[in-house]
Amino acid sequence: MASIADANKKVLDFDGQLQAQDDFFPTLKLLDNDGKLLDKAAYKRSELTDEDLVEIMKKMLFSRQLDIRSTKLAKQGRFGFFAPTAGQEASQMASAYAFGKEDWLFPGYRDIPEIVDKGWPVWKAILWSRGHAKGNEFTTEDGEPVNSWMPQIIIGAQYVEAAGVALGLKKRKEDAVAYAYTGDGGTSQGDFYEGVNFASAYKANAVFFVQNNGYAISTPRELQTAAPHLAAKGWGSGIPSLVVDGMDPLAMYLAAKEARAWAAAGNGPVLIETLTNRLEPHSTAGDDPLRYRTKEDIAEWWKKEPLIRMRKFMSEKGIWDDEKEEDYIAEVDSYIDDQIKIADNIDKQKISDFLKNTLEVPGQVMKEQIEHFESEGK
Amino acid sequence: MANKTYIAAIQDALDLALDKDENTLIFGEDVGENGGVFRATDGLQAKYSEDRVFNTPLAESGIGGLAIGLATTGYRPIMEIQFFGFLFEVMDSIAGQMSRARYRFNGTRNMPIVVRSPYGGGTKTPEMHADNLEGIVAQVPGLRVVMPANPADAKGLLLSSIESDDPVVYLENLHLYRSMKGEVADGYYTTPLDKAAIAREGSDVTIVSYGGAVPVSLKAADELAKEGIEAEVVDLRTVSPIDIETIGESVKKTGRVVVVQEAQRMAGVAATVMAEISERFILSLKAPIGRVAAPDTVYPFAQAENDWMMKADDVVAKAKEVVNYD
Ligand SMILES: Cc1ncc(C[n+]2csc(CCOP(=O)(O)OP(=O)(O)O)c2C)c(N)n1
Ligand SMILES: [Mg+2]
Repeated sequence: MASIADANKKVLDFDGQLQAQDDFFPTLKLLDNDGKLLDKAAYKRSELTDEDLVEIMKKMLFSRQLDIRSTKLAKQGRFGFFAPTAGQEASQMASAYAFGKEDWLFPGYRDIPEIVDKGWPVWKAILWSRGHAKGNEFTTEDGEPVNSWMPQIIIGAQYVEAAGVALGLKKRKEDAVAYAYTGDGGTSQGDFYEGVNFASAYKANAVFFVQNNGYAISTPRELQTAAPHLAAKGWGSGIPSLVVDGMDPLAMYLAAKEARAWAAAGNGPVLIETLTNRLEPHSTAGDDPLRYRTKEDIAEWWKKEPLIRMRKFMSEKGIWDDEKEEDYIAEVDSYIDDQIKIADNIDKQKISDFLKNTLEVPGQVMKEQIEHFESEGK
Repeated sequence: MANKTYIAAIQDALDLALDKDENTLIFGEDVGENGGVFRATDGLQAKYSEDRVFNTPLAESGIGGLAIGLATTGYRPIMEIQFFGFLFEVMDSIAGQMSRARYRFNGTRNMPIVVRSPYGGGTKTPEMHADNLEGIVAQVPGLRVVMPANPADAKGLLLSSIESDDPVVYLENLHLYRSMKGEVADGYYTTPLDKAAIAREGSDVTIVSYGGAVPVSLKAADELAKEGIEAEVVDLRTVSPIDIETIGESVKKTGRVVVVQEAQRMAGVAATVMAEISERFILSLKAPIGRVAAPDTVYPFAQAENDWMMKADDVVAKAKEVVNYD
């Protein structure tokens, strides 16, 4: 048994404590950069079938294609605001694959593909990006509700709201969770801490993702905090917190699946830091990454992106090849073409509708404004 | 004299302020080597060191608190809020803390802080980036709210704001950043923080406006002139405090007033201006005061901006209504 003197020595060992923090969080990793399986037991634990692998691959490819097309369209002025996702496909799509329709998504502005994956049609995503109210209707093509908030612009706000849904689901004893995504920058916001802590205090059904993609616009991850791991921020609230290789689809899925099961069972929230990278500019609104990072650094990260290793892993297994990929991409492209056409043909939005959607029961001045805009056909 | 964009005038002022007083500090999200997302601080970190121009973690409340703390230790913080739509994240620092500090310390301590932030519509930003929230801060006692409408004022008002021992919310019009150029005097100069400007002289009607609404009002005045109506345009420059005297002189001259703002109609700066005119100069008025403002909705989704924002045509129509009233 350690003596009080030993314990005191430990308490006062600041250097030792920093080292312990640094050492505590090993990275969950199933596939290496070349698609070689590193941990058979963990893979078995994921219970992923070959069909699942194909599904995950397709979701990631869909996301990449949406990214490529959106970026192009934005350059032509046919898209509005878009936050590129290349490099984050595993962090986003492989994690999202672990959640069901019943689960509530709380996305940031970069998490468009996860919402689309829940059934929000791409034409609505395009309208959202262009700034059209119709894009903010979170329903499927058939009018079924999609359990997602809109892509959150206010960084961190999705975390506190997710905690609220998580508590609601727990109170209603539903087998469902709220899952929220923010970035490395997002972990600095007060809302981040409050959201994690509220969910922790109520042991609410939440899974929090921190997509550590290296940058918050131009600000490097190191400038956000001295904490060696962002996951450690979950520890302060007493919840399981892990670091996952965000370029590894298998690790991302496994972590998300286990976190979901834990949270849905009423054990409280889990925080997952995903180590990934933003391979492209912050957004389509004029960011130039070369002002704050090098070409070489970007090139290095491109070598680690998740599609490369997933392709290799699946080809090795004999369940994926170039032809399959080309066919699928062609399919996605023609789907996106159709969706753009739908978006282009949506009626112009009206200020009178905005006014009607401002308050359920408008006041006198607002009623005059509604009349005014209606008389102008606006 | 040099012909400069609105944003270049701001950058010029920041450069001069850093040069003049080593206690001035600039900080905020991405203001360092990136020079801010609009490049207002471009090159300043390289010129003045990371010690004086530095990035913060991503948290507006933190930035506000930092400013309060640094001001307490004798610095003169110039903090940036990347978009004024993020006012709500820093609201406690601004409205709950720095604005009240002088009062709470019984006048024994000042908060010489400048909160710089871009606002205003017309550039199709994502939501929560373009909102005109000046009315909210203008209602906070203990703050000055400054809204320049041209490059020369942008520079002079910013230097005054930095010199001021009161906390100043200095709002930069996003649309004007690069779309407006004007003559800007070289070197250091200040423009008073309590004096409106006559942006255009006229005798038939007074148009009172501020910030991004001033160029719109000036355009309207040109249109009105074609029809023989000479509008006087009063540029408030500061919406807190408001220069009632300058407004009054113009109102006494014209007897007719239109107040123009980009913000929604409810409450707000235009409402205050109208109330002050009604209280003080009602006997000089020959017609009810007209108002041009945006409808009372949330700032619109980008594609509807054009229908939502007030335009020169709206100002022209309202001015005619007021001029033709008898
Ligand atoms: C409250 C708030 N502050 C600032 C911004 C402006 N902004 C948009 S994205 C961004 C960086 C976010 O970085 P991170 O959380 O790492 O997410 P990433 O963009 O890398 O996905 C900033 C500062 C914002 N949208 N909301
Ligand atoms: Mg990031």
